[in-house]
Amino acid sequence: MSRRLPRKDVVIVGFGWTGAIMANELTDEGLEVIAFERGPWRDAPTDFPPGYMQDELRYRIRHELFLRPDQLTFTFRNKMDQTALPIRSWGAFMPPNGVGGGGVHWNAEMWRFLPSDFVLKTHLTERYGAAFLPLDMTIQDWGVTYDELEPHYDRFEYLCGTSGTAGNLSGKIMDGGNPFEGPRSRPYPTPAQAQPFSHTLFGKAARELGYKPFPQPSGNLSQAYTNPLGMRLGPCTYCGFCEWFGCGNYSKASPQTTILPHLIRKSNFSLRDNSEVVRINVDRSGKRATGVTFVDSSGEEWEQQADLVILSAYTMFNVQLLLHSQIGQPYDPVTNTGVVGRNYTHQTISSVNGFFDNKKFNFNPFIASGSIGMCVDEFNGDNFDHGPHGFVGGGYVGQVQTGARPIESTLVPPGTPAWGADWKKAVKDNYLSTVKPGTGVHGSFYAYRDIYLDLDPAYKDRFGRPLMRITMDLKENEIKQNKFLTDKFAEIIKAMGAEKLAVQYRTAPYDITTYQTTHLNGGAIMGADPKTSVLNKYLQSWDVPNLFVMGASAFPQNAGYNPTLTVGALAYWSAAAIRNQYLKNPGRLVDA
Amino acid sequence: MKQGTPTMIGLRRREFLAGTALLLFSATTVKAATIAGRLPWAPNAGNPPPPIKLGPWEFFNGEEGRAMEALVDCIIPPDPETPGGKDAGCAVFIDRQLAGPYGRQEGLYVRPPFQAGLKNQGHQSANGPAQDYRDGLAAFDRACKQHSGGKPFAELFGDDRIALLKAVDKGELKLDGVDGKAFFTQLVKDAQMGFFADPIYGGNRDMVAWKMIGYPGARYNYLDWVNRHNERFPLPPVGMTGNAQWTRS
Ligand SMILES: Cc1cc2nc3c(=O)[nH]c(=O)nc-3n(C[C@H](O)[C@H](O)[C@H](O)COP(=O)(O)OP(=O)(O)OC[C@H]3O[C@@H](n4cnc5c(N)ncnc54)[C@H](O)[C@@H]3O)c2cc1C
Ligand code: SF4
Repeated sequence: MSRRLPRKDVVIVGFGWTGAIMANELTDEGLEVIAFERGPWRDAPTDFPPGYMQDELRYRIRHELFLRPDQLTFTFRNKMDQTALPIRSWGAFMPPNGVGGGGVHWNAEMWRFLPSDFVLKTHLTERYGAAFLPLDMTIQDWGVTYDELEPHYDRFEYLCGTSGTAGNLSGKIMDGGNPFEGPRSRPYPTPAQAQPFSHTLFGKAARELGYKPFPQPSGNLSQAYTNPLGMRLGPCTYCGFCEWFGCGNYSKASPQTTILPHLIRKSNFSLRDNSEVVRINVDRSGKRATGVTFVDSSGEEWEQQADLVILSAYTMFNVQLLLHSQIGQPYDPVTNTGVVGRNYTHQTISSVNGFFDNKKFNFNPFIASGSIGMCVDEFNGDNFDHGPHGFVGGGYVGQVQTGARPIESTLVPPGTPAWGADWKKAVKDNYLSTVKPGTGVHGSFYAYRDIYLDLDPAYKDRFGRPLMRITMDLKENEIKQNKFLTDKFAEIIKAMGAEKLAVQYRTAPYDITTYQTTHLNGGAIMGADPKTSVLNKYLQSWDVPNLFVMGASAFPQNAGYNPTLTVGALAYWSAAAIRNQYLKNPGRLVDA
Repeated sequence: MKQGTPTMIGLRRREFLAGTALLLFSATTVKAATIAGRLPWAPNAGNPPPPIKLGPWEFFNGEEGRAMEALVDCIIPPDPETPGGKDAGCAVFIDRQLAGPYGRQEGLYVRPPFQAGLKNQGHQSANGPAQDYRDGLAAFDRACKQHSGGKPFAELFGDDRIALLKAVDKGELKLDGVDGKAFFTQLVKDAQMGFFADPIYGGNRDMVAWKMIGYPGARYNYLDWVNRHNERFPLPPVGMTGNAQWTRS
C-alpha cells in the first residue's frame, strides 16, 4: 500500500525544460504545485564546475549525466516480424535524468519550425497532390499554427537570451539571417555568437555557391543577458565542452540558469528529487486523473493526489507512463486503430568530414560552443520544389562543429589504417585541419504506419512492468532525402577547400547503437481528431481532461530542426490555455 | 501569488511551509528530498573524479599485462617525438577501466533473457567488458603460441607482432571461442581512448597525446582567441589536475 501525501493543485511529472516552464506558469496563477524528478538535484557550482567538467571520458563516453539503463530502458527492432531486444547500453539517443532534464547537457541549438511544418499534410497535398506521398506515410497537421505559436516562441527565446540574427522581422526579410524562417515579432534578444575559422569558411563557400548562410540560433550566449525573470547569464567562453556537459559558466540556457532560482523562492512550489513516478492514477470513470504514484530512492511507494496532472517526463517516458497507466487506447498498426504509440519518429542525420591541407589551414577546432555554426536552410521543409526529386521533407545543413574533444575527434582521412604508425602520423597531421560537423545534415523524419511504440511481451523493468518496445526503420523517402542533402552539403565542404572528404549517408536499417540525436518525437501526438491523436491542440488529453502532456511526444512527425524551442513554445501555449481557459471551466477545451 | 483568490480547480488547504528557507528530508527516505524555498546547497558537494592509483595491475594478471603492453605499443607505436601506447599508459588505462564500473557493466540493463540479435540491436550478452577481455586475451594467447612456436605475444619482434595482429584484424586468424576481429577492434578503441583521455585516468601520461596533436586540454576560455582565425593557439595543454610543470617543480 502506498502512503498518501497531502493533496496539491498540480502535480508535475519530470522536471526538465517543460516541467520547469509549467511550474513557473502555474505557480504564477497561485496554484500549489509539486514536481517529481526521478534523478538527482543538479546545479552548476557543484555538479559542473570548470575544473573537472572538461572530462570527455566521464561525460561523453561513460554518460555520467544520463539515465542508467538498469533503471529503465526500451527494446528495439526494425520490423514487426522481428524479435525486439533490450537496449542494454545507450546508443542512438541518450535519455536525460535529473533536475533540468536534457536542458542541462543539450547544445542549445534553438530553432523555430517553418510555418508549413505545422500544416504539413495539408500543405504537401495542396502543392503536390495526395498521390505524391508514400502510401504508408501517416503525417498530419498539428492542430496549432505557426502564427498561434509565435508569441510563445518569442517568450522562450527571451527567457533563454537566444543569440542569433533575425531573418524575417514581421514579414521583412533581413540580411544575414535565415530568409526562410517564419515572421518573428522582434529580433533575437542577443546578437549571434562569434564564429571560429572553419565556420566562417563554410559561410563564405555557401555564399559563393549562391546560398544564404546564417549563424545558427544559439542558447550559448554571445554576451551577458538578464532575462525577464531577472536571471543573469554570462557570455559563453567557447570552451567546447557543451553538448553532453553542463555549463560551468552560467552561459548556456537551461532550467538552472533561466528559471529555477526564481521559481524555487515561491512558497507555493516544491520539488522532490530522486522520486520516480510509476503511474498516473485515474478514478473509476477513467476520465479523471486523481494524481500519481511514485517510488522514492529507498523503494518506498507514495501517492500524491492532485487536481491537475502535467506529464513532462520526455517523449519516451510520457508515452510509457500513458501505456502503463492505461490512459488512451494503445495503437495497433495492424488494424490501424488506437493512438498511444502512434507516429513515433526520430531524425535523419548524416555528416561529411573534410580533411584540409595542414600547411594552409589551422582551425583550432577545440574552440566552439554547443550550438555554434553557420547553416543554410535552402533544403529544409518545403523550401524547395520536391517535385523532381521524389521525396518529401528536408533539413538544414551546416558547419556545426561543437568542439573537437580528442577521443571522438581525432579523425584520419579515408584509406588510413585504423591503428599503427601510419594511423598515429595521420592523427597528428590532421587534428587541427579537419572539419568534423557533428550533425552536418540535420533532416526530418516523417511518420509511418509501422513505426510505433508499444509494450514489449518479454522484457521487464526493475518494477516488473513491461519495457516499452520501439519498432523503427528508415524508409525510402528518408533515405532519398538524406542522400540529396548530404550531397549538397558535401559540395559546400568541398568548396571550402577540403582535399579529401569522408561522406557518411544515413542508410537502412535504422541502427540503435550509433548516436544520432536525442530528438525523439511522437507517440502521444496532438491533433484535431481523437481517432488519430492523443492530445488536442492545447496538449490536453482527449480522454482525461485534467491531464496535459508536454514535450516532443506531441509532434505528429518530425521537422528538419532540433525540437526544444518548439517544445518550450508549446509548453507556454498550453500553460496559457490552462491559465486563461481551463481554470475558469475545468473540462475539455476542444469538443471532439 | 494571488492571495485570497480561491483556487480555480477546487479549493484545497494550502500548506504553507514555515518560513521560506526549508530543506525537508522525509523521515523514511534516505536520498529523496523535498526541495522548497531555496536552492539546496551542501558544502563540498562536488564530485571530482578520483585519480587512478599508480602501482600493480588491478585487473590483468602478469601475463595479460605483458601482452597488453605489447599490444597497445603496436596499436600506438612509439616514434622519436611521442611515446607509444605502453609508455603513454594505455594498458594502465584499460586495466583501471576494466577493474571499475565500466568493466562490471554497472548501470547497464543486464536482465535475461539473453538472445543473439542483429548487429544494429547492440551488445546482447551477459558478459561485460571485463569478461570479454579475460576470454579474448586467453584465446589470443593460445592462438599466438600456436603460430609462433610457443612464444607469447610479448616475446615476438616487431614485424611478427604486426603480421599477427593484421591477421586477427582481417579475421584471417581465428581465435577459438571468441570473435577475434571484434575483440581486436575493441582493443584498438580502448587503447586510443586511453591515449586521448585526461591523464587522471592513467593514459596520456604527461599529456603526450594532446601535445602531439596540438590540443590544449581542459582550458575553459577562448574568448580572446575565437576571432583569431588560422593562427595556431599558442598555449600548452593542461589537464584536470593542472600542468605537469606546475605540480612537479
Ligand atoms: C546530448 C543532447 C543534446 C541535445 N541538444 C539539443 C539542441 O541543441 N537543441 C534542441 O532543440 N534539443 C536538444 N536536445 C533535446 C532536448 O534536450 C530535449 O528536447 C528537451 O530537454 C526536452 O525537454 P522535456 O522537458 O520534454 O524533457 P527532459 O528535459 O528530458 O525532462 C524530462 C525529465 O523528466 C524526468 N522523468 C522522466 N520520467 C520520470 C518519471 N517517471 N518520474 C519522475 N521524473 C521523470 C527525467 O529524468 C527528466 O529530467 C538534446 C538532447 C541531448 C540528450
Ligand atoms: S561552450 Fe559556452 S555555453 Fe557551452 S559549456 Fe562552454 S561556456 Fe558554457
